[in-house]
Amino acid sequence: MRILSRALSGGLAAAVGLAMAVSMASAGTLDDVRQRGHLICGINTGLVGFAAPDDKGVWKGFDVDVCRAVAAAVFGDANKLRYKNLTGKTRFTALRSAEIDMLSRNTTWTFSRDVDLQLTFVGINYYDGQGFMAPKKLGVKSAGELAGASVCIQTGTTTELNLADFFRANNMKYEPVPIETNAEARTNYLAGRCDVYTTDRSGLAATRAATDNPDDHVVLPEIISKEPLGPLVRHGDDQWADIVRWSLNAMIAAEEMGVTSKNVKEMASKENKNKEVNRLLGVEELQGRERLGLSKDWAVNIIAQVGNYGEVFEKHLGKKTPIGLDRGLNAQWTDGGLIYAPPFR
Amino acid sequence: MSLPATASPTYPPGQHPDLPPPPGSAGVVGWLRANLFSSVFNTALTFVSVWLIYEFVTAAIDWFVLEAVWEAGSRVDCRKQGDGACWAVIATRVDQFVYGFYPADQRWRPVLTFVLLFPALAPVLFDRTPYRSQLLWFSLAYPALGAWLIHGGLGLPVVDTDAYGGFLLTMILGVTGIVASLPLGILLALGRQSQLLVVRVLCVTFIEVVRGVPLITLLFIASTMLNYFLPPGTNFDLLIRVLIMVTLFAAAYLAEAVRGGLQAISRGQYEAADSLGLSYWKKTWLITLPQALKIAIPGMVNVFIGLYKDSTLVVIIGLLDPLGVARAVLADAKWNGLSNETYLFIALFFFMSCFAMSRYSLWLEGRLSVGDR
Amino acid sequence: MSYRLPGVVQPTDRPGPPPGPAFSLGSLWYDEAVRGVAIQILVLLGVFATVAWMIANVVANFAILDKTFGFEFLWLPANYDINQTLIEYTNRDTHLRAAAVGLINTGLVAFLGIIVATVLGFLVGIFRLSENWLVSRLAYCYVEFTRNTPVLLLILLWHGIFINTLPHPRQAMTIGGATFLTNRGFYVPKPVFESGFEWVTLALAAAIVGAILVHRHVRRVREATGRQLPGGWISAALIVGLPGLTYAAVGASLSFDVPELQGFNFEGGLYLTPELVALTWALAFYTSGFIAENVRAGILAVDKGQIEASQALGLPRRRVLRLVILPQSLRVIVPPLTSQYLDLTKNSSLAIAIGYVDLVGTLGGITLNQTGREIECMMLVMLVYLAISLGISMFMNWYNRRVRLVER
Repeated sequence: MRILSRALSGGLAAAVGLAMAVSMASAGTLDDVRQRGHLICGINTGLVGFAAPDDKGVWKGFDVDVCRAVAAAVFGDANKLRYKNLTGKTRFTALRSAEIDMLSRNTTWTFSRDVDLQLTFVGINYYDGQGFMAPKKLGVKSAGELAGASVCIQTGTTTELNLADFFRANNMKYEPVPIETNAEARTNYLAGRCDVYTTDRSGLAATRAATDNPDDHVVLPEIISKEPLGPLVRHGDDQWADIVRWSLNAMIAAEEMGVTSKNVKEMASKENKNKEVNRLLGVEELQGRERLGLSKDWAVNIIAQVGNYGEVFEKHLGKKTPIGLDRGLNAQWTDGGLIYAPPFR
Repeated sequence: MSLPATASPTYPPGQHPDLPPPPGSAGVVGWLRANLFSSVFNTALTFVSVWLIYEFVTAAIDWFVLEAVWEAGSRVDCRKQGDGACWAVIATRVDQFVYGFYPADQRWRPVLTFVLLFPALAPVLFDRTPYRSQLLWFSLAYPALGAWLIHGGLGLPVVDTDAYGGFLLTMILGVTGIVASLPLGILLALGRQSQLLVVRVLCVTFIEVVRGVPLITLLFIASTMLNYFLPPGTNFDLLIRVLIMVTLFAAAYLAEAVRGGLQAISRGQYEAADSLGLSYWKKTWLITLPQALKIAIPGMVNVFIGLYKDSTLVVIIGLLDPLGVARAVLADAKWNGLSNETYLFIALFFFMSCFAMSRYSLWLEGRLSVGDR
Repeated sequence: MSYRLPGVVQPTDRPGPPPGPAFSLGSLWYDEAVRGVAIQILVLLGVFATVAWMIANVVANFAILDKTFGFEFLWLPANYDINQTLIEYTNRDTHLRAAAVGLINTGLVAFLGIIVATVLGFLVGIFRLSENWLVSRLAYCYVEFTRNTPVLLLILLWHGIFINTLPHPRQAMTIGGATFLTNRGFYVPKPVFESGFEWVTLALAAAIVGAILVHRHVRRVREATGRQLPGGWISAALIVGLPGLTYAAVGASLSFDVPELQGFNFEGGLYLTPELVALTWALAFYTSGFIAENVRAGILAVDKGQIEASQALGLPRRRVLRLVILPQSLRVIVPPLTSQYLDLTKNSSLAIAIGYVDLVGTLGGITLNQTGREIECMMLVMLVYLAISLGISMFMNWYNRRVRLVER
């Protein structure tokens, strides 16, 4: 009966006509993407500042723009792109089974994910860390004073483990309240179900910004974990990994060199003093570019259509947005941050 | 009327005009007395109920209507205008709640599919539909037609399954789930009644296993492990995987509803069919199944309502059903924090559609019990 | 219905295979028994082939991904904390113990939910048939609302209502200064059993046995003579009095651990998390609507003559309900009740939406995420739910048979 049921349901689903897109994972992701005509990028199901639909239903955000940059590099058009919304549970399965071409979903680069899950992290687009937020009227100044507190956690990742390690190391008791979604965790925190809310500091800033009076809440100074977030691809296709890696690097380098979406067309049309700018923008030949299968103006397309790293940061996370994050660790290395692109040479 | 005419001898027997009812037993007062104040206990109950309704209704009207904000650009904007519900978030995002991320210029397709659902359903649900036999062919073709309209191909631009969301996704899950599970459910029900031991045991095992585990575990299987059970490298759409699981799930429940119908037919029908020398399939197809299905329809409608409500669980594996859209909308920094409004809006939608369906099921039950049985 | 006409020979069985001229392989197909066996063998082969194919695929996929199948991970330290643990648990314990904590939490919420849903469902079902128009209308609205809203939404909504309307621990609502209702949960005094308390327990057990004997005697007297002895009062006096007297005789051996506000939260006492309360209530709320309809149908199924007859005997309304209507309607109510209980238990797996850590939250959630053992974890989760479902089915079937015995 089970064979019948399988055959029937499978057959029915096919008969109903929805695309039974049986695709074989092949070595050339770039060829697959080109042939398909669009990039498939895995993103969050909704995370303030990183991925959320706007009023017109277009996905926007810091992570989304990494996908758009890759699409711009490959196709010269940042909109040749489809999104798959993934949860913390489904994201790696989707990437490994070739359901998506790349994953840009605030994913922390860890040893076991890189090695054991056989994924390639191509870089870091945001340096995050787990922190705490508490109401100001609680009078807590540091995380060391949280003994006995109820802590709301957004689950699904390493958050619970970091928290357990922190409280154990400091020999304090606490009550964990693990919650799947940011919206629910926020509701719990604001209703006073928990004393403190813990998640990545970018998430804390976003949640704080969305309260009726952000000044009533403080983000505590302690950072209890390192969360380097970055885009990733499957093991085994170095050409594709290089494309994603250097698309991200192009955005970072462009900021460092002062190339913006406004001036990129002009700078690309003339000889610049800075030789690296020339190589980046295709004014001079960048050795090995053809090997990646990219056009001469690939970086120009990224910067013109998506923007450089700093522009993207300001647009989605920066001071002018409701989230209002400082650059902090995510400033260019020249400004004392950690954002640093290898040279284009 | 054959009242003994003792009251007034001036009327001939049986001709006495109707007297007015005793005061306080008819009209508004009488109704109140009979239904609300018939005893001390009843009166107390009435007052408690009135108080409950008053408290609830005034608070609800305040929040829902009087203090609510209907037009605003963001949550902060809403809070400046009033303390009630911020319906602006629904008003701005209503398209996403209905269609998900279906391209705006193609939205006539799901709308047309939805409109066509009614002529396709009518002959199945109401047996007095005009031109019923012709329309039934249309009903049969509807699943393929609807799938083509929504997905595209053959002349229509293809819309990928990632774009389906909101109530559109709920409808897709519900309708596909029930249509695809119908044949499977019937087969399972027949298999459960089968004389063949192996077939019976397999069917019972399947039905009991599927009914014994929560839908959410089946959805987890669809989202994380189904690929392991297929040849290496096979990869197909998450929505299809979910639809397969939902179909299997619904089939097990449907099988039980159909079994109820099969058991409700009188034994004589089976025996009569046997005595005519009909083969098993002829007997089933011509005699028992049509009767059983008719009896089982209310139960099947209930399975459908359950499936329709349970489709909200797909949010947990990352599909953008109404709850998933709500999650995504709330992730927009402008609207972050308006979960009550979105949940209530979704609850209202589900309530209205499920209520309509359960009314239908009740009406049908009533008809069946007075009709041909 | 089959009527036997006198003088007509009724065929007792189906005619066998038609007598063929000679044996041929093709004729076997028309032999029902042979055909049945053939079909069964084919189906069995098909199922085995499918299962083998799927296992082969899993093996191939695991080889590609360099994964292994096994349950060793259950003995690794879990490294995460759980807020509601009915058994001893720290984050140094194993995944297996974490799963056990989750399973017990699932069991707890299902058990409490079933009790609350049953009480609520019976009440609303009876209200639904109330003579008071307003009450029956209210019950009707309640039933329709609960039945026609997705349970996941109800869980989210009720949880939101609980944590938003109850006060913060520092302004806790209190009942008698010992029980506190806050949005951090409910704190009730916890009984602390001291030495000598075993006598009280023993007395209670004796009282219960006594009450059962009294009940039997009362019934025997009633059946023999029709006299109704005040059995209820005697039993109540036994159950309250005997342990009470023992308690007084042994001396104060029971004290209560009363919750007290310390720092952020209350300390001591018995603590019910708001997730447990909200989940129990939401599940009970949802299920009670269905149970109310079952109850209503069951009561309506009782023959009107029965009620009229008992009224004619002069029984008071409450006795009519308890002695005549309920026992008869239970036979109609119990079978669908079973599936409601099963649904409630399965729906409790939605706990993860509001952060109640149950089996799906531990074994199927954090453990799965950490170890990447999807197949193993989900297999165990499904097996456990299956076992619970079968357990409830078996219990309810047993109860159903007991109720059925009433039929004469």
